[in-house]
Amino acid sequence: MSTRTLISPAQLARPRGKRLYWVVFGLVVALFTVVFLGPMYWMVSSGFKNTQEAVQTPPTLVPESFEPDNYSQAWNVMDLAGLLGNTLFYAFGALAFQLVFDVAAAYSLSKLRPVFGKAILGLMLATLMIPATVLVVPQYLTVLDVPIFERNLLNTPWAIWLPSVTNAFNIFLLKRFFDSIPRELLDAAAMDGASPMRTLRSIVLPISRPILGVVSIFAIVGVWKDFLWPMLTLPDPAKQTLNVGIYSLSTGVPVNVLIAALTMASLPTLIIFLIFQRNIMSGLTAGGLKG
Amino acid sequence: MSAPSLTPSKAASARHAQPPVDGPPQRGGAFARSLKRNLTAHGFLIGAVLCFAFFSWYPMVREFFLAFQKTDQGEVSWVGLENLETVFNDPAFWQAWRNTALFTVLALVFGFAVPFVVAIVINELRHGKGYLRLLVYLPVMLPPVASVLLFKYLYDPGYGLLNEVFGFFGLPEQQWLQDPDLSMLSVVIASTWMNMGGAALIYLAALQGIPGELYEAAELDGAGLLRKIWHVTIPQTRLILSLMLLMQIIATMQVFVEPFLLTGGAGPEGSTTTVVYLIYQYAFNFNNYGAAAALGLLLLVLLAGVSAAYVKLSRAEDE
Repeated sequence: MSTRTLISPAQLARPRGKRLYWVVFGLVVALFTVVFLGPMYWMVSSGFKNTQEAVQTPPTLVPESFEPDNYSQAWNVMDLAGLLGNTLFYAFGALAFQLVFDVAAAYSLSKLRPVFGKAILGLMLATLMIPATVLVVPQYLTVLDVPIFERNLLNTPWAIWLPSVTNAFNIFLLKRFFDSIPRELLDAAAMDGASPMRTLRSIVLPISRPILGVVSIFAIVGVWKDFLWPMLTLPDPAKQTLNVGIYSLSTGVPVNVLIAALTMASLPTLIIFLIFQRNIMSGLTAGGLKG
Repeated sequence: MSAPSLTPSKAASARHAQPPVDGPPQRGGAFARSLKRNLTAHGFLIGAVLCFAFFSWYPMVREFFLAFQKTDQGEVSWVGLENLETVFNDPAFWQAWRNTALFTVLALVFGFAVPFVVAIVINELRHGKGYLRLLVYLPVMLPPVASVLLFKYLYDPGYGLLNEVFGFFGLPEQQWLQDPDLSMLSVVIASTWMNMGGAALIYLAALQGIPGELYEAAELDGAGLLRKIWHVTIPQTRLILSLMLLMQIIATMQVFVEPFLLTGGAGPEGSTTTVVYLIYQYAFNFNNYGAAAALGLLLLVLLAGVSAAYVKLSRAEDE
């Protein structure tokens, strides 16, 4: 990259500058590695210690005992397979609902422009101004007894899926992207007799793959990381998410088994991140600020 | 940056003058056509609108009602300001606000300054940027329960690693989560570790947009490193910095998960009771939804001011 930054290239090119640069570089890399990977190393390695070693003082940096059995024990005792299955079910269900409803809504607001469209968008964006935690109580009461339908959604996946659609930020990101699709393209399709649905499917969606990727990742990670809402709406241990299930069992198992469970719970999102790094980071900086 | 572009072209977004997409040319009058177009468009909207109506707009309205109502065995009655009174008279009320303010201030000192410094450092390095960016963002991807319980393990006064590291540098061991004077700081450190990645990457993107000539000009005027940061970097990123500041205030004032998981919520001598934890307690431990809503309303009013400033600033950025 040729952009110039705080420190001038001339300064860096001098022998003294070069030496200093490499020293600083080494220190920074070492410090960052220790600070950010250190705790994760500690997590993975402690998951292999036996019960005694995991709680001994002083702690050992390199495990002296080796008990991969902790991982299988955590898997069985905490029913991680069940929790993982639940979480995947909620996350991908929420993703499907968001992709269908939010994409359709953003498309309509951006290209079909119904009457009151602006007002509806305004009302949606207004929800971003309300602190989420303040809404938790009335939302919870709504889930207990949904008006008109008079249904109790507690302990059902609907309690996760339907509220996840009210993601004004995703609608905003999608609409902004759709706004930038040249109108000639859509006009041409309309001339050829394509219905709005057909236009959405054959023209808008294929162009929008980058933003759909970003929105999908946010949707999945959002459900994966959520804690308070699933704790309240899915109290049944058989229906809990990974986060809530591990939390509620955390005091009942030995530390080393708990840590092994944490390691396994962290893997899925870490893998998603390593694969989709670029999309996630660009989504973050492109849409991160324009609430 | 080789990141896929999310905004194809600014030029194509002269959108306000565009008429909406009509279907294929149709028979019938203008009214019938307009009706059909609107029906289609609202058909696309209906799913999202219903979800918003039930799970966002209705709860928003309900929050206001709840705050002034009381539910006794299914019977709802208006009680005026009684809920607010209950909340104000709670001995934990002021403590919760003090703790929340303390958390916000500490979180800003760490969560605001640290990512900015980190972004500047990464931006100055000529190698390994990708790796460092990845590292900083990694914790953001962990499920919060995993990071928080991991920190609880690190903080443990007996077998925790942190005291061991302190001992290595000759520093006294600490009762991180058990000492009322330290507990909030410990929560903030864990929270910063978990959440700073996003801010750091946003700052980094902003730093890359600063024209290099500005630094050259500053050098010609004989500015040193710190003066360049003060007179070029900060003014050039001022808008993003202030937006992030407001966003962080909004987020940190609502802190709940970290103290809830690290110290059980209240913490030693109530030292980590936050406003949202108090709301949680009213609603889910004491079944007092009215008090929870009243306290929520106070938080909402306070944060509405911050949000309004945010919206105003982000509009300014768009122009």
